[in-house]
Amino acid sequence: MNTTAATTTSLPNGRGAAAVLAAGIGSFALGLFAVLADKIPSIKNWTNFYNPTGPLSGVTTCTVFVWLAAWAILQMRWRNREVRFGPVGTVALVLLALGILLTFPPLADLF
Amino acid sequence: MGFGALYLMACSGALVELYRRYCSQNTAQPTARDETFLRVYLAVMAVLAWLAVITGSYIIYPWYRAKPPAGTTDLAAFPRYFLLSSPHTSAWHNMGMEWKEYIAWIAPIAITMAAVVVLQYGRRLKDHPQLRNTVLCFVWASLVAAGVAGFFGAMLNKNAPVEGGDTIHLVEGGTK
Repeated sequence: MNTTAATTTSLPNGRGAAAVLAAGIGSFALGLFAVLADKIPSIKNWTNFYNPTGPLSGVTTCTVFVWLAAWAILQMRWRNREVRFGPVGTVALVLLALGILLTFPPLADLF
Repeated sequence: MGFGALYLMACSGALVELYRRYCSQNTAQPTARDETFLRVYLAVMAVLAWLAVITGSYIIYPWYRAKPPAGTTDLAAFPRYFLLSSPHTSAWHNMGMEWKEYIAWIAPIAITMAAVVVLQYGRRLKDHPQLRNTVLCFVWASLVAAGVAGFFGAMLNKNAPVEGGDTIHLVEGGTK
């Protein structure tokens, strides 16, 4: 993503772009981890962080970790910058859609 | 379920308010009080969404997936096994619960992001049309995610009520 130094007095869009893209990454991570935990026994066992809840506990904990880590990294890089938002927003929405689709069992079962 | 229902009700209000304030042709500047109200509203929604998924995953779900002791014939107190015991109801688990348990987590991620963006930008969000439209899409997605989770939650509870209890028999081997 091309970035330029913020030149306007208004708040640059970098921190908003960071939040949006991180939410997309988090949503996609949720779908991806859900499929992996469902299809790969070793990952299913590894994600069983809390036995009463089962693999859901590990999948969601890892998702939150990935989301917050991505947000922190992007925030550090883009906080005071003006970002070309078009590609960032598109990628975020595609990741969100993929994340939702991967949680849908009939689609997840195709893998 | 209570937190999720509150969240769903609040979500439509947030969508209307975000659209009215930042996307419509409305040129009137919101007052500082209006700004504060929306910020608090979205922050409360984020808290509700996190409470809904955390209590759902760590309090209700263990009751739902409790394993019946060997020899149990009445599965009424073990919703997962009750649903899977009949081909007429197994889809409620295989499709409903398996989708609900994950998609619900989209809602707190999306609404937390929206709350933080509104907190940071406030009325300046009007200057960033692409950003605000993308945020609105995420809020719509959170409504859909919470709606799917709420719908299947209600239907699952109708077909196999989760009553809870003092004793939880854990599923061995980490199976879902």
